[in-house]
Amino acid sequence: MKPARFDYIRAVDVAEAHAALAEFGNDARVLAGGQTLMPMLSMRLVRPKAVIDIMHVPTLRGIDVGGSDIRVGAGVRQAELLAWPALGEALPLLKAALPWVGHAQTRSRGTVCGSVAHADPSAEIPLCLLALDASIELSSRRGRRRVKAADFFTGMMTTARAENELIEAVHIPKMQQGAGYAFREFGRRHGDFAIVACAAIVTGTNVRFAVGGVADTPALRDFGAVDDTALADALDAFAWDLDARDDLHATARYRRELVRQMGRAVIEEARRCRG
Amino acid sequence: MPRLSADQRHIVRFTLNGRAIEGQAEPRMLLTDFLRHELGFTGTHVGCEHGVCGACTIEINGVPARACLTLAVQADGANIRTVEGLAPAQGQLSVLQEAFRRHHALQCGFCTAGILMSLDNYLRKEPDPSENDLREFLSGHICRCTGYVPIVAAAMDAARRLREASSDV
Repeated sequence: MKPARFDYIRAVDVAEAHAALAEFGNDARVLAGGQTLMPMLSMRLVRPKAVIDIMHVPTLRGIDVGGSDIRVGAGVRQAELLAWPALGEALPLLKAALPWVGHAQTRSRGTVCGSVAHADPSAEIPLCLLALDASIELSSRRGRRRVKAADFFTGMMTTARAENELIEAVHIPKMQQGAGYAFREFGRRHGDFAIVACAAIVTGTNVRFAVGGVADTPALRDFGAVDDTALADALDAFAWDLDARDDLHATARYRRELVRQMGRAVIEEARRCRG
Repeated sequence: MPRLSADQRHIVRFTLNGRAIEGQAEPRMLLTDFLRHELGFTGTHVGCEHGVCGACTIEINGVPARACLTLAVQADGANIRTVEGLAPAQGQLSVLQEAFRRHHALQCGFCTAGILMSLDNYLRKEPDPSENDLREFLSGHICRCTGYVPIVAAAMDAARRLREASSDV
């Protein structure tokens, strides 16, 4: 339960982080808040040659409001985003979901982008980014690109990040006028990994529903403008398509039932939030 | 850029309970081990060592955090408080510690240091929490003895006494 040896590199700007990633590639791990990397190191699930600490890079620490989206830098802690005064107006889905991310004692250190990098299938932030059509800003010495959340999460704890790339920020679209947002989660205890987590975005013409904790990546479906009967059928079909599996925490059948029941509840809540 | 090699010990300096301290750590050394073995501050306990149980919770730069999910070298330059810093004076307990004693909010005591550090921070930010909020906040800690009821009672009692004390001024 102690990490294997590694070099510790404290980057003071993005160029230094890029240089270290170019040098070590997949033998490096980026350290931000450490709330997922540190357990992986201690359990020796990863044994990098170098750990690159990016929390001393001032340009990564900002929450920036753009014309259509909010840019959350790689050094922004979950608690900082949760405490951001404009969160409820700009990103109501994140405001609803962030209290479910770990515990207050881990949100204080864990970063938004760290959760994206780790890509746990039951994690709340990747689920929200998928539902909101957010994109992930990746950069390296060779350039910069943006990848949509739908293309970024490629499997259980695997992403489209290349080994020399740094996740520099996520870009999350602002709340659309006239849309309702809701988030719900079921776990054994608040702050535990979700058995099922779900998000709904309801507009005048569409019901969008996203689910985490069931398949290898968060999953999304647009149901269009459905009435209640069609919604029940659509949720049932989606629940079967998710390819749920039995594990220690819940059976596949139980997860499908949670998708049906919580799906209905979260969609109704999002409808009410449209106001 | 500062680069600390894997197989050497490096000087780490930070403020611990208001006093400047210094020690040596390999890059891989956890802050829990640095506090306990290098500095001799054994009040911070090590439970699960992967961030789940909360026993090692301390305060880093004003927020509660898991010492086991922090490298000693990451703490360089930080302001750190541990359970040893709670008592206002030798032989005198803090209001929160006193409430824990009064309500029997501990049995074996293994989780207590972490819970005290979390609650000390929380009650400064939320002087009048609801029991529900308090329980949600305590979900970041595992206690296998008490069933949490006396811990919640102690925290509510301490919150009330701290509010009264601050309104007396």
